[in-house]
Amino acid sequence: MKPSFSRRARWALLLLIALVCLGGCQRDPQPAWKLTDVSGHLPDLDFRLTDDNGKAVTGADFKGKVTLMYFGYTHCPDVCPLTLTQLHVVLDRLGPQADNVRILFVSVDPKRDTPEIMHAYVNAFDKRAVGLVGSDADVEALAKRYRSAFTREPDRGDGAYDVSHSSAIYFFDATGKARLLATPSTSQDDMVHDLHLLTSLGAQP
Amino acid sequence: MTFRSLAIALLLVAGVAHAADAPSVKANGGWLRVLPGNLPAGGYVSFENVSDRTVSIVGASSPDYASAMIHRSSTDGGMGRMEMVDSVPLPPKGKVAFSPGGYHVMLMDSKHPVKPGDRIMVTFELSDGENLPVTFLARPANATGPTD
Repeated sequence: MKPSFSRRARWALLLLIALVCLGGCQRDPQPAWKLTDVSGHLPDLDFRLTDDNGKAVTGADFKGKVTLMYFGYTHCPDVCPLTLTQLHVVLDRLGPQADNVRILFVSVDPKRDTPEIMHAYVNAFDKRAVGLVGSDADVEALAKRYRSAFTREPDRGDGAYDVSHSSAIYFFDATGKARLLATPSTSQDDMVHDLHLLTSLGAQP
Repeated sequence: MTFRSLAIALLLVAGVAHAADAPSVKANGGWLRVLPGNLPAGGYVSFENVSDRTVSIVGASSPDYASAMIHRSSTDGGMGRMEMVDSVPLPPKGKVAFSPGGYHVMLMDSKHPVKPGDRIMVTFELSDGENLPVTFLARPANATGPTD
């Protein structure tokens, strides 16, 4: 018997509901982030810089790792060490999953920060930290890409100067997508919580 | 001299003697963060003003560093910046902590290599004319405080 129009319509409707549900159910449930979710609002990890071993690196070299990017400089005696120490403590608390995380410390002071200085500096905080340096133009372009800002303050008269810089910490997933934003005052518990989730996402194919 | 004025004079003398003997400000938990090379180090300590009037910290120096400056970090509006501070007021019977992300003494150009475990002397100049010598324990770069 030929199905009536209403029956066909009913089937179509059921099919539509099923498809919508399937679509909805297939998508990964959004993790319950504690940090600020910036997914889709900031560009993927992409740069051309020199690492603290003097090797040219790009964002693609960190595929497969969750990365935490932070802009700073080595002559910064307080907030940069505080932030890097916090990230070190957070990674230690994360346990074995921290092997899949890299801290990317990008210098906003290319004049003074050489790869050698950066190497000693980042390793004093954490073995999973990578120091990145580049030309003024490259670092500026990267900062601009992530809407970060930095300003060289006036010389204090003896050649010493400070650099004011954005204190944001950018979290990228293992595919290089920008996912979360934290600051040095973000609670360590929240960072550990979200890194557990972020490194678990990265473990999926 | 009346008995009353004598009593007042004695009290004043006692007061002066007291001020000279007991410092108006106490410090504890001093530590500094050793960075590689000869990078500037941030020093942290807690101050307690035990007197009845405001006393300010107006300067710092160390025999182990060419210069010492009092700075304050702030991260207002998401920008991390440092500013030099001329004076840090300690309210009467009040406490002020120099701690990471806030007030710190910035120690520059060490005269000899400083390594974790070393003890460094920093003398703070107070607004009442006193000098307050404080021992700072040198700690590794990724230390979170004077002790683990």
